[in-house]
Amino acid sequence: MNIPSELLYTKTHEWVKKIDSKEVIVGITDFAQQQLKDIVFVELPSVGKELKMSKPCAVVESVKAAYDIYSPLSGKVVKVNHEIQEKPQLVNEDPYGDGWFLQIEIANLNEFNSLLSPSQYRVVTESEH
Amino acid sequence: MKKTPLYDAHLKLNAKMVSFHDYVMPLQYDSIISEHHCVRKNAGIFDISHMGRIELFGDKALPFIQQIITNDAVRLVDNQALYTLICNEQGGIIDDILVYRRHENQFMLVVNCSNTEKDLLWLRKQAIDYQPLEIRDLTDSVSLLALQGPLSGKMLETTLNCKPDYLKRFYFSDLLWNGIRITISRTGYTGEEGFELFVDAKHAVKLWNQLLDKNKEDGIKPIGLGARDTLRLEACLLLYGNDMDETTTPLETTIDWTVKFDKGNFIGREVLLRQKTKGVDRKLVGFEMIDRGIPRYGYAVLKGTETIGRVTSGSFSPSTNKNIGLCLIKAQYAKMGEELQIQIRDKSYNARVVKTPFYKRELR
Repeated sequence: MNIPSELLYTKTHEWVKKIDSKEVIVGITDFAQQQLKDIVFVELPSVGKELKMSKPCAVVESVKAAYDIYSPLSGKVVKVNHEIQEKPQLVNEDPYGDGWFLQIEIANLNEFNSLLSPSQYRVVTESEH
Repeated sequence: MKKTPLYDAHLKLNAKMVSFHDYVMPLQYDSIISEHHCVRKNAGIFDISHMGRIELFGDKALPFIQQIITNDAVRLVDNQALYTLICNEQGGIIDDILVYRRHENQFMLVVNCSNTEKDLLWLRKQAIDYQPLEIRDLTDSVSLLALQGPLSGKMLETTLNCKPDYLKRFYFSDLLWNGIRITISRTGYTGEEGFELFVDAKHAVKLWNQLLDKNKEDGIKPIGLGARDTLRLEACLLLYGNDMDETTTPLETTIDWTVKFDKGNFIGREVLLRQKTKGVDRKLVGFEMIDRGIPRYGYAVLKGTETIGRVTSGSFSPSTNKNIGLCLIKAQYAKMGEELQIQIRDKSYNARVVKTPFYKRELR
């Protein structure tokens, strides 16, 4: 299971990467893509949309079913990865790279405290496995 | 939860197991998409022992079957199978089944897993006027495997040392393999060339392992329920409980051809005949998405702002690379090329009625 040490995580299997003091990139973890298997569809929010922490912000669909992706932090969508709409399999192939979902301008820095460290997230994946 | 005799074999193959009605069954071993392509290109094996198997014995077995089913069993010869529906008095579909004729007084039915108990009750209730008639549930004692795909015939030959090509579609025969009786039937639920194998439950693991071991070079794979669903949907083979149930009549579906009014009386005939004369209000049709989005069971179908029906099956289709589905909609919109909208979450997405099947194998 690949859990990069430089990222933060959620219990619902999203990852967060800080790119500067205001903005983060969000995607789903290697564990999540392995559980979902063949990802065939991704629905993303529009740029400018205000997201609330822990509320659904995107949808991924495997062959079998649709799953909500939850926003790890509150804030405004500033960019989305259109490439995963064209090629959803990128989420399976490169969940921490080309398979990223959104870029968010964060609204509340305090919310970072509720995210999980890599070691805390590993515990979550082990309990679900 | 019930387990089939192959339960441990599935775990050894790292299957992701899910509950399916009363059973724990493999959803997928690897990826649904690669399993799907394996069946279209080579062949795969499925454990379908969860399906119900019922045997009927008795001098009046044939007239009994004729009364129960919508299709015409009189046309069957020994060792021939028939796809048919069982309807209730209102014409609602109780189940879709295969009827296998062994002899005039001996038939076997293969029924949906979800309906085995219900069908047994129904058959026993209807059998009162056809005594003596023995109705036996073989589900636990006989296992059922499916071998499906263009190389399935070759694989059977390799494994069982038989020439299955002499079997025409919808025929079956028995053979002995190391002293074990196997019934091979040229039937399936994938839209591919293929066979279904009935074997005593205590030999199921041996047959399963032999098929996997001896056909590695031809690319055999075990296939789960996930790919079984995408394969059958592409071939427009209906799924009981989704595409039809007791609130649907055969004439509203795509399998109205299984109703043979000219065969004489059968349960549901009167209502169905009336419906045929009057015409149906709803119709099951195939559609493909124009906009990007995956239709799923239960989603609303709209024409503009009006709700005209619902999706009964939907999926990404690996063979056509489209998003496809079946929907039961107001009959006036069930026209080839008609544009509809599918409500997916909070938005509506354009789709178009298309002809089915969505996928047809190349004839070899």
